[in-house]
Amino acid sequence: MIVDPPVPLERRTSRPIPLFATVPAGFPSPADDYVEKSIDLNEQLVRNPTSTFFVRARGDSMRDAGIASGDILVVDKAVTAADKQIVVAMLDGEFTVKRLRRRNNRVFLESGNQDFPPREITPDQDLVIWGVVTFVIHQPK
Amino acid sequence: MTRFALVDCNNFYCSCERVFNPRLISVPVVVLSNNDGCVVARSEEAKKLGIKMGAPAFKNEAMFKRNGVQVLSSNYALYGDMSARVMSTLRTMAEHIEVYSIDEAFLSLEDSQGESFARELRARVRQWTGIPVSVGIGATKTLAKLANRWAKKNPHLNGVFDLTAVEPDEILARIECEDIWGIGRRTAAKLARVGIRTALDLRRADIPWIRDELGVVGERIARELNGISCVELEELPVSKKAIASARSFGHQVESIEKIQQALSTYIARVAEKLRAGKLLASRMEVFVETNPFKPESPQYHASAQATFMPPTDQTPELISSGISLLRRIYRPGFQYKKTGVMLTDLIPGDRVQMSLFEEGDGQQSHLQSVVDQLNRKLGQNTIRYASMGMEQTWKMRQLRKSHCYTTHWDELLVVGTS
Repeated sequence: MIVDPPVPLERRTSRPIPLFATVPAGFPSPADDYVEKSIDLNEQLVRNPTSTFFVRARGDSMRDAGIASGDILVVDKAVTAADKQIVVAMLDGEFTVKRLRRRNNRVFLESGNQDFPPREITPDQDLVIWGVVTFVIHQPK
Repeated sequence: MTRFALVDCNNFYCSCERVFNPRLISVPVVVLSNNDGCVVARSEEAKKLGIKMGAPAFKNEAMFKRNGVQVLSSNYALYGDMSARVMSTLRTMAEHIEVYSIDEAFLSLEDSQGESFARELRARVRQWTGIPVSVGIGATKTLAKLANRWAKKNPHLNGVFDLTAVEPDEILARIECEDIWGIGRRTAAKLARVGIRTALDLRRADIPWIRDELGVVGERIARELNGISCVELEELPVSKKAIASARSFGHQVESIEKIQQALSTYIARVAEKLRAGKLLASRMEVFVETNPFKPESPQYHASAQATFMPPTDQTPELISSGISLLRRIYRPGFQYKKTGVMLTDLIPGDRVQMSLFEEGDGQQSHLQSVVDQLNRKLGQNTIRYASMGMEQTWKMRQLRKSHCYTTHWDELLVVGTS
C-alpha cells in the first residue's frame, strides 16, 4: 500500500498575472510602480482554508434565504454557529441546510420558504452543527 | 525540560468517511486496501466485533453482512486532503511540528503547555476538520507515543494523557515491550527470554547490556524510556528517497499490452509526484509478478533497472524506459497479478548539472507542466499518454469508494435543504 505523505495546504488558486511587464526597448513602463497582485476570489470567499468545505445544495426549501437548488455553499466548520446563521447540520443522521434559531433555550431549524414551517428540535433528537454557511455561489439562469 | 506531544487521529480513514456520511456514525465501519483486498482501517465498533487488521474482505463478506458492517474502498484523495487539514490546524497552535505519517504528528511543547493545551488542540482539530484525535505527552518521543496509546486504551481519559504529570512507573509496568515504538515482535521475544516484558523492565535494564544485545537502536529506546530525549523533532520532511507506484490488477492479466497500460499509468503518476516535489530521478526499477497465493498456477517474478543520465522528470522519457524494461522481463504464458515502478536516487530538480552543450528541453518541460495542470484541474489522467490505453480493463477494483468530497467539484457533498 502506498500512502503519500500529506502535502502542505495551498488552496489559493489564483490565476497569476505577470508582476513585471517585459519592456524590450528598455524604457520602464509608467505602470510598473502600480502593478499589484490580481484579485483572488478565494481571499473573499475562503477565510480559513483549513476548515472550509464546499457542499452542493439540493431542494427549494431555502429559496427565500438565497439558496437555490444546485448552488455551491461555502461552509466554514471553524465558525461557531450563532442565532440566525444558516448552517449545515446533521439531524438524526441526515444532512440538512437550515437557518438556526435559538429562543429561550429552545432550538429551531427554519426554512427559507413559507411552505415549510420552522421545526423545533426536541431533546430526544440528535442535532450536530456541521458548519456555518458563509457564502453561497449561485449561477443566475 | 523539553516535552513532546504525539497527536494521532483516531481510526483515521474511518473518521474521514464519517465526516461526510452521518450514516456511518456509531456503526461498525471498515475500509479496505487497494483492490478491496483486506481490512486496513476499523472503527471502534468494528474492532469490538473482533475484525482484525489485514482480514481478507472476501472471507469475511458474510460476517460483515450479518453484523451490519459498513464496508468501504479506500479513498486516498479524501484521506490525503483531510490529513493536510489536520496538520495545518495543528500548525495554528504549535510552532514546532513534525508530520510523522498521514495521521500522526509530533509537537514540541512550551513549558507552559500541558494537558489543557492538549485539550484545546483536540477540540480545535475536531471542530475545524471533524476528525477526532488523541494526544499523548511525554519527555521523549517514545514516551509521548506510549502516553498516546494509554489515552486511546482508556476512554475515561477523553483522548488526552500527560505522562509527565504522573509517576510513570505504574503505567510503564502495564505496557508490553511489543507495544513500544520501534520494538518489533522478534525483539520483544528476545527481551522476554531474559525477563524484560514491560516498558518498565526495559527502562530499568542495564544500558550497556541493551546496547550489546539490541545495538544502538535498542539503546536509544531504553534511554528514551528513561526520559533522555535521543530522537529530535524532524520538522523538515526528509527528502524522499524513492517514489513508487504498484498495484494489483483487478483480475489476472496475461498480455503485455495490458501490463504496459497499467505500468504506463503508474509511471505517469509517479512522474507527476516527482515534478510536484521538484525532484529528478536517476534510477528506475520495474517489476512484474504472478499471484503467489495461487501456487497451482505457474509462478514468475522479475525486475529490471535503468539509469538516467542526466536525471529526468519527463513522463515520455520515463514511460519509454519503463516499457523497454518491461519488455526485457516479460515472459508470455503467465497470469500476472501485479506490476509496479519505483524511482530512486532522487535529487532536487534545481541541482541538476546540465552539461555545458546540452540543450535544455524548454518546450518539453512547458508541455509537461501544461499536462500536469490540466490533469490537476480536470481529474487524473484526463490527458494521458497513448501507452496508458483507453479502456484500462486491468484497473483495480474499488467498488465501494466514497466521493472525493474535497478534491473534485463534481463529487461535492450534496445536502438537501428540506
